[in-house]
Amino acid sequence: MSILILAEHNNDEVKASTLNTISAASKLGKQIEVLVIGNNIEKISKEIANYQYVTKVLSLDDQNYENAIAEKIDPAILSIAENYSHIFAPATTFGKNVMPRVAVKLDVAQISDVINIESEDTFIRPIYAGNALATVKSNDTKKVITIRPTSFDVIPKEGGSGVVEAINFESSENHTEFVDREESNSDRPELSTARIVVSGGRGLQSADNFKLISDIADKLNAAIGASRAAVDAGYVSNDYQVGQTGKVVVPDLYIAVGISGAIQHLAGMKESKIIVAINKDEEAPIFNVADYGLSADLFEALPQLSSELDKLNSIEK
Amino acid sequence: MKILVTVKRVIDYNVQVRVKADNSGVEKENVKMSMNPPDENAVEEALRIKEAGKADEIIILSVGEDKCQETIRTALAMGADRGIMIKANDDIEPLSVSKIVAKIVEIEQPGLILMGKQAIDDDSNQTAQMTSALINWPQATFASKIEIEENAAIVTREIDEGLERIKVKIPFIASCDLRLNEPRYASLPNIMKAKKKPIDIKSAEELGIDVKPRLENIKISEPPTRQKGVMVADVAELVQKLKYEAKVI
Repeated sequence: MSILILAEHNNDEVKASTLNTISAASKLGKQIEVLVIGNNIEKISKEIANYQYVTKVLSLDDQNYENAIAEKIDPAILSIAENYSHIFAPATTFGKNVMPRVAVKLDVAQISDVINIESEDTFIRPIYAGNALATVKSNDTKKVITIRPTSFDVIPKEGGSGVVEAINFESSENHTEFVDREESNSDRPELSTARIVVSGGRGLQSADNFKLISDIADKLNAAIGASRAAVDAGYVSNDYQVGQTGKVVVPDLYIAVGISGAIQHLAGMKESKIIVAINKDEEAPIFNVADYGLSADLFEALPQLSSELDKLNSIEK
Repeated sequence: MKILVTVKRVIDYNVQVRVKADNSGVEKENVKMSMNPPDENAVEEALRIKEAGKADEIIILSVGEDKCQETIRTALAMGADRGIMIKANDDIEPLSVSKIVAKIVEIEQPGLILMGKQAIDDDSNQTAQMTSALINWPQATFASKIEIEENAAIVTREIDEGLERIKVKIPFIASCDLRLNEPRYASLPNIMKAKKKPIDIKSAEELGIDVKPRLENIKISEPPTRQKGVMVADVAELVQKLKYEAKVI
């Protein structure tokens, strides 16, 4: 039997997490079919059909599915679930919202946030904020899985020759209504996929001071992140949070500024290739995971870093 | 309206968790245990809804081994009214917990269920969504604001892209984010009072729920550790290292 993947998108664009999830599924060497549920999704359905490994795209295109309401999505998945041995979705707030509903209705235990696939029934996932890794074997007939996107490479967007098949499903659910959405608009790279991330913590002391972080991010073409403390204090909005209950990032370079390095923050960034920590307190636990540590006052260090980066850029030009 | 709040006893969030040498699990002996942090937010929210006159009773439900009564007591000391403890293994899976919650809902008929969005031990993030699907109530996950109206509520949800607001009909189930509120501390008189509040104890078997695990833990292992890096003297050295040694900028 094939694998079904629930695509994450915003009706206009396919989210990178979908490509990571297809990549994870490809490890099992089975046929991969992708379910796209949304409104006006002809364009993205065709796009996904061209992705490597994808053999078929099932497109459920109806205005009823404009906004991803979990209670409307799970019955649609269940209507075709019998054809698949595995159902995968990204472990993003989208996938986390929907997949446990699918699992419980199939009466199977979901395996959340998988970071490695050992075999058809055995998976590795982090527990305790990544302080332990559990290798779990599922004895259920169907496997319902969410995939941690950053643990798998993205697949090429071409090379596949899947077909698009329209499907219909009438959802009767009307207890939940979408009101509105407030998305942070930014020209910067997206936090979960950026090559460089510059993060600020409580040490920044105010929302205004976060300009020091954005200045460095601009010069490095980096995404901006934050610790939970900085988000709680209102310096930046919740979608910037890196950590156990925020986003997990694995950039080539992660610069943590004024972040002490609580276990919960480390859970979201300690797989980064190179970690830089700038903190006044030399005893801060962030230095235990940093490749390069600088014990300094960030209000002096960041302007210096900014001018050093200018120098570097002018040499290159 | 009754509010049902679920709480889980977990290793305290400040404890550095250690994997057992035989890879059978993590060390729980002589380790500080506490209420799962977002469950505290769920308890706090229930108290605020009751204080606003929109609910009249708060029931605390915990599933686990005997000691999870302590966690129920903590919630009672914060101000909840009574507790229900369902005896089961501590490593019971979310699938089974959701079936237990569904059963309790059938018995207690609450108008609202509040849960933490994720337990910080197994990090599964499943129980609220599963319960919602089982009892066919609307779900409002990752809630950072809950505004109760006449027959519905407006819930602000924290999503990867920012914030989303949905309107859900009552009864509904919400999973609470850490930013929903600031949980209160229990005062000494309230801790004393809580000792007299009733906790009803049952087992999963008595409820007729099959809690047999579906997942087998093959092993629990230590994640790869990072090599400790170097301290640099100043910003200039840092930039040199990043440019010529790590080659990342």
